[in-house]
Amino acid sequence: MNQDTISPRSALWREELRRSISAKQRGEIARVAMPELPADFRVTTLSEEVNMGLSSEQAVLEARRCLDCPDPQCVTGCPVGINIPGFIKNIERQNFTDALAVLKETSALPAVCGRVCPQEKQCESKCIYNKMKKPAVAIGYLERFAADNADAPAPAKAPSLDIKVAVAGSGPAGLSFAGDMIKRGFDVTVFEALHEIGGVLKYGIPEFRLPNSVVEKEIDALRGLGVEFRKNIIIGKTLSYDDLIAEGYKAIFVASGAGLPRFMGIPGENYINVVSSNEYLTRVNLMHAGSDEYATPVHRGKRVAVIGGGNTAMDSCRTARRMGAEKVMVVYRRSEAEMPARIEEVKHAREEGVEFLTLHNPVEYLADENGHVRAMRLQRMELGEPDASGRRSPVPVEGAIEEVEVDMVIVSVGVSPNPLIPSAIPDLETTRRGTIAVNDETLRSSIPTIYAGGDIVRGGATVILAMGDGRKAAAAMAKALLDINTSSLQNT
Amino acid sequence: MYKITAKEHFSDAVVKLTVEAPLIAKSRRPGHFVIVIDSKHGERIPLTIADADPAAGTITLVVQGVGESTKSICAMEPGQSLTDVVGPLGRATTIRNGGTVVCCGGGVGVAPLLPIIKAMKAAGCRVISVLAARTRDLIILEKEVRAHSDEVLIMTDDGTYGQKGLVTTGVEQVLLREPVDEVVTIGPAVMMKFVAALTRKYNVPTVASLNTIMVDGTGMCGACRVSVGGKMRFVCIDGPEFDAHQVDFDEMIMRLRP
Repeated sequence: MNQDTISPRSALWREELRRSISAKQRGEIARVAMPELPADFRVTTLSEEVNMGLSSEQAVLEARRCLDCPDPQCVTGCPVGINIPGFIKNIERQNFTDALAVLKETSALPAVCGRVCPQEKQCESKCIYNKMKKPAVAIGYLERFAADNADAPAPAKAPSLDIKVAVAGSGPAGLSFAGDMIKRGFDVTVFEALHEIGGVLKYGIPEFRLPNSVVEKEIDALRGLGVEFRKNIIIGKTLSYDDLIAEGYKAIFVASGAGLPRFMGIPGENYINVVSSNEYLTRVNLMHAGSDEYATPVHRGKRVAVIGGGNTAMDSCRTARRMGAEKVMVVYRRSEAEMPARIEEVKHAREEGVEFLTLHNPVEYLADENGHVRAMRLQRMELGEPDASGRRSPVPVEGAIEEVEVDMVIVSVGVSPNPLIPSAIPDLETTRRGTIAVNDETLRSSIPTIYAGGDIVRGGATVILAMGDGRKAAAAMAKALLDINTSSLQNT
Repeated sequence: MYKITAKEHFSDAVVKLTVEAPLIAKSRRPGHFVIVIDSKHGERIPLTIADADPAAGTITLVVQGVGESTKSICAMEPGQSLTDVVGPLGRATTIRNGGTVVCCGGGVGVAPLLPIIKAMKAAGCRVISVLAARTRDLIILEKEVRAHSDEVLIMTDDGTYGQKGLVTTGVEQVLLREPVDEVVTIGPAVMMKFVAALTRKYNVPTVASLNTIMVDGTGMCGACRVSVGGKMRFVCIDGPEFDAHQVDFDEMIMRLRP
């Protein structure tokens, strides 16, 4: 763990705090439940956040559950290595400002991570309470609490190095990289292809799970530190790699995301009102198609099928309910146990009336005479042997095909890397899957001045892994650029 | 903000706008398009780039007011600004070095065809342009096309200008008369479908520039997907130009329906 943290475990106040309540007493406190909007109300609103956040009393009590372990395993479960006990103990002593300051040491976007990280698979899965058969400390809820309820002073910023670096993409990887580099004293410009900053945090994740105002607050904080944002610029198109070098940028971090939606290649997939989840969510989230004030249209299906079992599928089905769909069905080819979506998202979707057709796989869509989708043909599946992912692979049940009426299908079966940047820079090495090939440690590509991270390297992962990449690339790029600087100084 | 510096009316529904977009003016090539948002609550609309002046830092867009957003763009005046313009998007046209090329455009399709005509001519091709429209008033950019073509045929549905007949009639006249190495077609989907059917008969390689529905224009949404040679392609990143003989125009026309 970072020894330079502003709230080390050895601090006197932490020692006193540890002694103030026994571990036994701490362990007897029940884990807090997140207050939520009632399901029947939330399906009527696109903009109201489902999770309402903890009150101060709830947060302090939950923070008290944390045992402030000498060797905290939760930290090892965090892709960006947040000093988790450090921020939680600050909540316990009701110093929310310092709690947020601890978070900001390692994470550029705590309010985002506190909402969308799969904590149950990361930090919370390593919590000591799991070994005692007790529910883990609600680290995610506490992170969100600190981010929402405190204004941390701007993090310390090193004096300007007068070295320009560029970022392609303003999603979680790009923002996290930008935050780390600006703190190190670099001049950072983030280029965004869309007309809004935030990438998937804006176009992908819905308001009811991550309000745009939360994302804006984090972006404003980066702006306040001096990060420059330029929208409507596509690196490789509007500005080439050579243009950036000519403008004095010394290195580039490519965080352009996993753009392309995948389809299944089954008959009828191009009928009208069969759309990708990317298209559906972009229309509703980025373009506000659900609001009459905005010009972008969107089809409001009444009987909607969402194909896939990931978080994007959950976002899509829950959005469809809010857009007035009477029946929404998630069609997933494996069983619920294999579903990649967060448990919380599945729970929320179910509460909101979404039906789950697990062990079903679409094989064809049928349309009316105008080409509008009217039904899907589903193949029943059963689970066979585990596949390469370790999950039991779905096998068709011979002859078990059913037809289900739908007037909209949202295909959410994953994404592929966006080829825009790789194809614009011919010397940039890519993998067979089309992702940018990088060194695992430094995230440096085949071109020494280009680093890459997030989904353009991973092909489709989580916000927090993208942020972890941003941090890793920042550390490696900073070191490389400062080494060059030092050696060129020595040579003069 | 992207300021409109000049405006010209081609017809009641078609205007030419000159727009400040210095980076795009510098980097665009024939065949590229932009995504435009007219106002704060506007939608993202793909528009092909008709011309650019890198020195002045401007691009030229030819817009036909069809839907709410394009009508609102057509109503804008010099001095006003588009909220967002992003590009250049899509793959640039492959320009032939020599040979005979027939460039046929229908309606506002002539606007994106013009930079291709210019580039083909400059590269040493013999360029025969066929411009088609419903009626005389809807023939656009004739002077500019003439300046860069070896020959121009004009076709109108009602015979008010040039020859009476469809674009295919004009193209076929050329195909019957002389060897043609390539046909480039830009216009309404139905028109391109019939041009493709005609040139398939004559076995002349043909490129069509497709104008599908798009949201982001950068590969993200998949709304622009078309079937080309039985494979799914995205117009925004794989196109907008494709081998016209491989494009499933019937499916594309179906997908353009509301």
